[in-house]
Amino acid sequence: MAADGNAPTTTEYIQHHLTNWTYGKLPAGTYCDGKSVQETTGWTVAHCSEEMSAMGFNAIHLDSMLWSIGLGLIFLALFRWGAKRAHSGVPTGMLNFVEALVEFIDKTVKDAFQYRSRFVAPLALTIFVWVFLMNLMDLIPVDLIPQLAAWVSGDPHFYFKIVPTTDPNVTLGMGFTVFFLMIMFSIREKGFIGFVKELTFHPFHPPTKGVGLIFAPIIILINFALESVTLLARPISLGLRLFGNLYAGEMIFILIATMFGAGLILGLFAGVLQLGWALFHIIVITLQAFVFMVLTIVYMAMAFHNDDEDQFTH
Amino acid sequence: MNLNLTIIGQSITFVVFVLICMKYIWPLIIAAMAERQKKIADGLAAADRASKDLELAQEKAKHALRDAKTEAASILDSANKRATQIVEEAKEQAREEGNRIKAATQAEVEQEVNRAKEQLRSQVATLAFVGAEKVLESSVDQSAHKDMIDKLAASL
Repeated sequence: MAADGNAPTTTEYIQHHLTNWTYGKLPAGTYCDGKSVQETTGWTVAHCSEEMSAMGFNAIHLDSMLWSIGLGLIFLALFRWGAKRAHSGVPTGMLNFVEALVEFIDKTVKDAFQYRSRFVAPLALTIFVWVFLMNLMDLIPVDLIPQLAAWVSGDPHFYFKIVPTTDPNVTLGMGFTVFFLMIMFSIREKGFIGFVKELTFHPFHPPTKGVGLIFAPIIILINFALESVTLLARPISLGLRLFGNLYAGEMIFILIATMFGAGLILGLFAGVLQLGWALFHIIVITLQAFVFMVLTIVYMAMAFHNDDEDQFTH
Repeated sequence: MNLNLTIIGQSITFVVFVLICMKYIWPLIIAAMAERQKKIADGLAAADRASKDLELAQEKAKHALRDAKTEAASILDSANKRATQIVEEAKEQAREEGNRIKAATQAEVEQEVNRAKEQLRSQVATLAFVGAEKVLESSVDQSAHKDMIDKLAASL
């Protein structure tokens, strides 16, 4: 869908599919396709990757936000509907589905998280259903909605990514939210001193008396370095795992899609591949949502875990 | 990978969604499910109790049936006894009545015989006189032989 009317090259096609609809603060003098399109600094929608990189952090992916919020609202609406209609009688139809999901999450949370919290179970439910819905967008044919969006907007170059979880901003945003919740609950449960102690007194127990005391600061420093890495690795691995899986999955769908234009035989082959990969991907998207949820529960359990004698290193 | 404001937007959205879920969704569904669980448990307990009650009632019914049977048997027995007794009494009465009637009849017959005898006796004298007159062709002094005839009549 190149602007000059020619069919895009494969590289252009793939790049186009991997670019977000971005709205950001564009500095003056940015070049796009060799010509300057921006005379003054201001907020605008990016038209090419040069503009996007020029925007830097001061940009927002409109498509990611639109789809993630939209899907989140679908989740909330469905479950709010269920919550309003939930009664102690015999449940039917959709209510059954909602309750089965809630029961499943409740059981999973109770298995991994033995503390009392009103927050963790709803957190797990939100993560599971929301991430699943966002991942589910991956199964929609890659060109369908972007082409529709391009047609509606009138701009054939319109960038529109419909799988929010292929945007690292989305997955890392959730990962770091979980991270901050972890720190928050950790400090709430153990106090600030307890939290710092957890970071500095494990995995090596510093000597508390005798001549070894002079080594204590060094050991504490080593502990802190190790524990900080462990702690920071959690949100990053949480976010990147989901992003990586979905990005790779989406990439393969795009690659398969490029084969559709290459003759009948290859097109049929691509169709078979598409079907196979989509079927396989049903497992992947569910599993990734589940993994994200379970790890979050486990991290929350660690944050609530308060046992000074326990030498278990997280 | 271009990290930008989206990461913050997503974080805020995430927290808001979780809070909404925590406040308006999760407790309602969990409460309804817990209530249903309690209801089902109560129902099962009630069913258990009912089946126990049923067993008890059946036991009771069996007892009552057995008692009734025994009572019926005893009633039948006594009724039989009573019937036999009544029959016996009736027989006794009948026999007595028969005897009484027989006795009365006998007495009547005897009376009848006696009356006939009396009549006969009273008429013997006359007959004897009439016969003797016929034999003697004369009148007989009735007064002269009256004693003799009377004696004859009395000996009859």
